[in-house]
Amino acid sequence: MSSVPVSWYLLLAAALFAIGTIGALTRRNGISIFLSIELMLNAANLTLVAYARQLDDRTGQLIVFFVMAVAAAEAAVGLALFIAVFRQRHTIDVNRMNLMRW
Amino acid sequence: MLDLLWLIPILPLAGAAINGLLGRRFPKSLVTAVGVGAPLASLVLALGCLWEYAQGSFPNDAFERTLYAWTAGDLSIPVGFLLDRLSSVMLFVVTFVGFWIHVYSVGYMGHEEGYRRYFSYLNLFMSAMLLLILGNNFLVMFVGWEGVGLCSYLLIGFYYDQPVPPAAGKKAFIVNRIGDFAFLVGLFALFAKFGTLTYGQIFPRIAAQPGLVLGEYVPGFTLAAFVALCFFVGAMGKSAQIPLYVWLPDAMAGPTPVSALIHAATMVTAGVYMVVRSNVLYQLAPGVSMFVAVIGATTAIFAATIALAQTDIKKVLAYSTVSQLGYMFLAAGLGAYSAALFHVVTHAFFKALLFLGSGSVIHAMGGEQDMRKMGGLGKHLPQTSKLFWIGCLAIAGIPPLSGFFSKDEILHAAAADHHWVLYLVGWITAVLTAFYMFRAHYMTFAGRFRGTHDQEHHLHESPPSMTLPLWVLAVGAAVAGVVGVPKLLSFGLISNWFHHWLEPVIAQPQGLEAGEHSIGVGLEVGLVLLAVAAGVGGLFLARSVYGGDRGFARELTWAQRFPFLHRLLENKYYVDEIYDALIVRPLAALSRFLWKVVDTFVIDGAVKAGAFLTELTGDVGRFSTTGNVRNYALYFFLGVILLFWWIAFA
Amino acid sequence: METVIFALFAALALVSAIVVVTHKSPVYSTLALVLTLFSTAVLYVLLGAPFVGALQILVYAGAIVVLFLFVIMLLNIQKEEEAHAGFGAQTWTAILGAAIFLGMMGLIFWRSGSPAAAPLTPESVALKPLAAQLFTTYLLPFEIVGLLLLVAVIGATVAARKPGEELGHIGEHEYVSGEEPRTDPLKSGSDPHQPSVAEPAYSSQREAS
Repeated sequence: MSSVPVSWYLLLAAALFAIGTIGALTRRNGISIFLSIELMLNAANLTLVAYARQLDDRTGQLIVFFVMAVAAAEAAVGLALFIAVFRQRHTIDVNRMNLMRW
Repeated sequence: MLDLLWLIPILPLAGAAINGLLGRRFPKSLVTAVGVGAPLASLVLALGCLWEYAQGSFPNDAFERTLYAWTAGDLSIPVGFLLDRLSSVMLFVVTFVGFWIHVYSVGYMGHEEGYRRYFSYLNLFMSAMLLLILGNNFLVMFVGWEGVGLCSYLLIGFYYDQPVPPAAGKKAFIVNRIGDFAFLVGLFALFAKFGTLTYGQIFPRIAAQPGLVLGEYVPGFTLAAFVALCFFVGAMGKSAQIPLYVWLPDAMAGPTPVSALIHAATMVTAGVYMVVRSNVLYQLAPGVSMFVAVIGATTAIFAATIALAQTDIKKVLAYSTVSQLGYMFLAAGLGAYSAALFHVVTHAFFKALLFLGSGSVIHAMGGEQDMRKMGGLGKHLPQTSKLFWIGCLAIAGIPPLSGFFSKDEILHAAAADHHWVLYLVGWITAVLTAFYMFRAHYMTFAGRFRGTHDQEHHLHESPPSMTLPLWVLAVGAAVAGVVGVPKLLSFGLISNWFHHWLEPVIAQPQGLEAGEHSIGVGLEVGLVLLAVAAGVGGLFLARSVYGGDRGFARELTWAQRFPFLHRLLENKYYVDEIYDALIVRPLAALSRFLWKVVDTFVIDGAVKAGAFLTELTGDVGRFSTTGNVRNYALYFFLGVILLFWWIAFA
Repeated sequence: METVIFALFAALALVSAIVVVTHKSPVYSTLALVLTLFSTAVLYVLLGAPFVGALQILVYAGAIVVLFLFVIMLLNIQKEEEAHAGFGAQTWTAILGAAIFLGMMGLIFWRSGSPAAAPLTPESVALKPLAAQLFTTYLLPFEIVGLLLLVAVIGATVAARKPGEELGHIGEHEYVSGEEPRTDPLKSGSDPHQPSVAEPAYSSQREAS
């Protein structure tokens, strides 16, 4: 039955994480960056579940549960911030949010 | 009443605090009430304490009370007050003279700005001086010592909006500091050896071990000699002895009552008090004592000669003070401690009288101090003239006024020890003293008026608040001598009551009886006659030169006849100029070097170099801070990768 | 059978992830994210965690992503500005870094081999022990997460409030002096990208900084 090795899942998670990272670092739209970060979180979750399977320990699944809750909170606050920024600057292009410079 | 001894210094302090801190809206009468009331309360309390002290009997004739101990870790300094034979004398002089000078100030300072400030400082001075006297250990004395120095500084620079007084105050403070440094070294030495500074513990212990040395740090000195020397250097500063006397004449820039109280009657005698207090040390160090006597005699004659040619009435009195302080140290150095203190007492009366008299003159002249512009004031200021005359007689040593007895006792002490050179110096100084004092009197009060018409129109006798203290002090100056009439002159009835009063506090050197018996009666009578001759001779010499209407003209011809000598004396032997060239200028040059080169170039340069490097780093590094969040995130990610590599593979 | 499912959904997840990060329109990105999340949920089930899989679909795909879509539509974002962003140094470095990361991960897995996992049993998949553990051992974190969500809701409400409907009187000083009060783009419905509105205000802020 268990013909797929757990390390494949891990590798897939790493790949998803790498893709998410590229997205977070290259996109200029704040929302898109946010989506990429969700992708990275998701990859981390996948790793946790894979290890829970590998080590036969449910703690990994519980951590995923908490990560989801935190991600929800983060999404709510983050999107609220984007709305606030948009009111002020009329844009959510992070390249234009560069006041913290010399 | 003795339980309230501690209140004596506290009351003037309270007065100073009330006037100084709260008195901003006080009416003038209230300021006066507080400013004069506090010393009056102190005087009354002091008299009560003295009465009780004289009645009662105490162990070692000393009433000692520790108020509390100032403790820090293992160190514990008791803050206590001591009333013994010595401090009782000083207590009386300071509270009595101090109170009357406060009264005088009401009239003298009445029209001045800063009336409240003046009384606040003066009360503070009283407090510090009483602390100095009443402390039962050297640390309390030192606190008072520094306190009077501070008040002296504040009061010399009282007219701070004029150019001279602040500079004079600064000079006084700095010169005093040199002496204070030595005083402190002496205190440290004592403390290092005994672990305490209380008189009652130190003196018996040091007397028990005369050969005690401090250690290899000061070779060639016993502990007693070293400490005695340090203390004397401290006294040099405070009591204006060569070479640290230069501040006292300049201190005349302060108000005249201040000159009378601080720079004549009380503060400057603190050094004498301290030496007498430490007489145990000095008796264990004959070499240092001799040094003290020589310095005292030198100062006495040196200052007296300068006083001959001064034209500022207060400067004459200032050099006179320096000279008389020299007498006191001469006596102390010769071991005649009671004579030294006796002269302190009589000097306090007559010099305060003279200063206040000169203040009355200056007041009448509208601030003019130059005697060349005075003359003939006797007509306009009859009371002042008479009282000043009494002061002159007293300081000149004309019997039976007080100065005669104290000065005679000092000269007698020199003769009794067969120090004939010192005796001669003292005698010549006595002649000079009489001469310059009567010169001042004749130039001021006799002859014709030489000032402007306006000034002549303004001349008036001073108000009663100023003349009353003069009368009181004149009585004191006249009769204070009776407490110290020697056995010979009272035909055996009294044998120097003052001397016996002080006996318990003055250790008797072994094998030396009291000086009175060491020379024959015939010689003693001769010495007394010589002393009288000195005073009277000086008086008549001055009269012959300056008396009459043409007195001032003769002063000018004298100056033309001995131009070099006159210039030398008029310019005070150029001592200030010499100090300026030898010490002040090199010091200023060194300071300028440290400022311009070391501070500006080296230290500031190092700081600036640091700032420049930081700026350079920032200039280069700021290109990495683009303000773009994505760039920062990328740096973060690269850092994470590095960390990850390090954790996983390194 | 499992291998086929794994391969299918792994590929789906990867492809949709790439779409998430590359598509110009945020709406499509979000929809692609839904697909990725769904694929991952399937993989969770394969890994013996059906509860997590269900949560993934309910919470992530159901709630969070919908929130994203709402915001995107609220802000009226259609295309990324300056679509021809190009491949600058930032992009290349990011891709290089990600590649290095992936390479390191692969190296680690290759080195450690692939130890066989214990076979799944009904007990290890059962929901009841999981719930028991959550509400006993991890009760405190659970409560804290609840509090966190509450704080997040309040924070989001405050942060996203409209200027003018302030808490107290702070809003009277909302606009920096010397700056014209801007119209609220969400309220007025004007085009937020109109340079005549946005640019002067922007440049004045930049000078001030």
